[in-house]
Amino acid sequence: MSQVQMHEPQPDFIIRSRASLEDEHLQEALEKAGSGFVHKRQAAIDRIGNFEQLRDQAQRVRARALKNLDLYLLHFEKKVTEAGGQVHWAETPEQMRELVIGLCQKQNAKTATKGKSMVGEEVDLNEALEAAGVAPQETDLGEYVLQLAHERPSHIVAPALHKTKAQVQRLFRDNHALGERALDEVADIVNEARAVIRDRFLQADVGITGANMLIAETGTAAIVTNEGNGDLTATLPRTHIVTTSIDKIVPTWEDASAILRVLGRSATGQDITTYTSFFTGARSDQDKDGPEQFHIVLLDNRRSELLGSEYEKMLHCIRCGACMNHCPVYQSVGGHTYNSVYPGPMGAVLTPLLRHEEQDNQLPNASTFCGRCESVCPVRIPLPGLMRKLRDREQRERKHAGMAQWAVKLFCKLSRHPAVYRRLNDFNLRLVAIARGRKPRFQSLPFLSGWTRHRDFPAPEKSSFQSQWQQRQKEKQP
Amino acid sequence: MIETPSNSSKPKPQVGLFVTCPVDLVRPSIGFATATLLERAGCDVHVPPQSCCGQVALNNGQPEQTRALAWNIVQQFDEYDYVVIPSGSCGGTIKTHYPELFDEHDQRLQAVEAFCEKVFELTTFLTQVLDYTPVQAALDLSAETVTYHDSCAGLRELNIKQQPRTLLKRCANLDITEMQDTDVCCGFGGTFCVKYSDVSNHMVTNKVNNIRRSGASMVLGGDLSCLLNIAGKLQRLEPDNPNRVQVRHIAEVLAGELSTPAIGEHSPALEKGE
Repeated sequence: MSQVQMHEPQPDFIIRSRASLEDEHLQEALEKAGSGFVHKRQAAIDRIGNFEQLRDQAQRVRARALKNLDLYLLHFEKKVTEAGGQVHWAETPEQMRELVIGLCQKQNAKTATKGKSMVGEEVDLNEALEAAGVAPQETDLGEYVLQLAHERPSHIVAPALHKTKAQVQRLFRDNHALGERALDEVADIVNEARAVIRDRFLQADVGITGANMLIAETGTAAIVTNEGNGDLTATLPRTHIVTTSIDKIVPTWEDASAILRVLGRSATGQDITTYTSFFTGARSDQDKDGPEQFHIVLLDNRRSELLGSEYEKMLHCIRCGACMNHCPVYQSVGGHTYNSVYPGPMGAVLTPLLRHEEQDNQLPNASTFCGRCESVCPVRIPLPGLMRKLRDREQRERKHAGMAQWAVKLFCKLSRHPAVYRRLNDFNLRLVAIARGRKPRFQSLPFLSGWTRHRDFPAPEKSSFQSQWQQRQKEKQP
Repeated sequence: MIETPSNSSKPKPQVGLFVTCPVDLVRPSIGFATATLLERAGCDVHVPPQSCCGQVALNNGQPEQTRALAWNIVQQFDEYDYVVIPSGSCGGTIKTHYPELFDEHDQRLQAVEAFCEKVFELTTFLTQVLDYTPVQAALDLSAETVTYHDSCAGLRELNIKQQPRTLLKRCANLDITEMQDTDVCCGFGGTFCVKYSDVSNHMVTNKVNNIRRSGASMVLGGDLSCLLNIAGKLQRLEPDNPNRVQVRHIAEVLAGELSTPAIGEHSPALEKGE
């Protein structure tokens, strides 16, 4: 018999979600962004008509890539090397930081421009670069805004989704020598950022980008952006470093196309993003431009442990963000509430698997299992099913059952005896009827304060359906 | 007469009615309305002793407890031709998740899979198995503005979308006035609504606002749990508004049984202290 713990510790997610719900700026930003993504995605899907087939194709590509991941990775390394580049393997976030810093220091780099890289965020690359004397300079507009604000991304595709236009204007006023320049329109804000960031591209010693895919066939890193900052980060400095993870492999260019067909549509409702860039190796003698050095640093960080496990399908994720765009919990509380680089449904599965900290157990619990995430996932990851498995894992690993778990167990044991269950229910309903008096509803209930804090509860009748049915059957008999 | 003409030479389908815990405990009228509907559609209705489908354990990390309850249900209902449930959520638990609970070496798996084949959510059973069309509509609600909340598990696990709308047209001459985001979760989510009370409140507030913006005087749904959540919020927000939106389960409307007050509303019987 497991020990009963009377007071469950207040989980962090709940405290953070309260703050997020009360944050007016965040709520304004979420409301503005929320349905936009949903409608754009739907419109993109309606335009082509065979999206379900495209999802099936993309899912097959991901499954095949992971089935022979080791072979594809080795082939990828061989091809990168042949193209004059180098692949580096990082088992842990710490190793990735060391490898990237080592590469920067070899170039005596003082500045590094950065394209968006969620893996870079996963390993806290910016902090490490700063500590090593290399100034990281974000070039994605959203990431640039967050660098000014000293904040983390709250969304994997739109990192500054939680910021309102007014907040960005304030940040620019505080940080840019604006003079007479206007910031009223979104275009003004973009132009202002462009002017500052353009200078950085020209001065950077190293360019660091992420990758949306790694194509094994030719040793190519593919990046999709809408701002073109990835191209300038990758091609202008003498050294291009790609920070990404081992699961991003696809076998062929044909496979990469299958992913691209669902990625833009799922993420932003675009048939294809403004820029889709492919980087293969270092500048050769025939090339007019491009980096002299091309490095790919591949992070594992427990991903290989998921291969062949009941969680393997999480590695199918192509980071489109559709799950969080459609998640009513994410849309209520925003990405920071998840306290992870990866928020929303995909983060609620991935974070406990990659980080495996006590506080992360809250994430897969903070879901109504409404299933909207799974219904839009371009590679059909069964996200609620994986969250359910993580809830099972949490209970297996738990040393002390909490009150709630104990209550569920008791209820289940009781439910296995329907006759006892019915009599006990009728007894309780009679008690409730006394408490109810003539009220049609309860405004507060001792064991359901989580409910009655925000809503009424209808007063039940004096006996259960089963008892009333039995009574009627008896009356019917002659 | 509102009976479907039945073919007397054919034996009547024997239906086991699984009412679900919320209906059993909070609103028996849904159970009776469901039984009435099934009988009108030509079925013999049976209510064997029953309890929970196990969803609460399934979603709270206790697969062993769920498995034990699942096997209980299979045995309790196995003698009937069909098992009908006025809930997409409990129906989804059985049809979608019971087979996942028994591994391929478990001798019970085959029986569980066969059992799941004859389990149906009410509106799916009436439309897709019986193609139920009453000779005369039980009610005429054609003058009313009514909206519908598509509960998540029914919608996404069991593809329940058109079935209730078809039946409301056939049985109540009613065309649904769709609200915005009808397919977005109301925030109930089982234990979620008490564990993550504030997030749940945000979600149900959005839902209720969409319902009110639709201009409807009544909202219907196929899952009592969601309806308790929605009704409780509407009533908390507008305690003194006698014209607030009324909340009912679809079975009550299809059966034409509106004599019971809407969910959480004043009952004349209660007023008199009966």
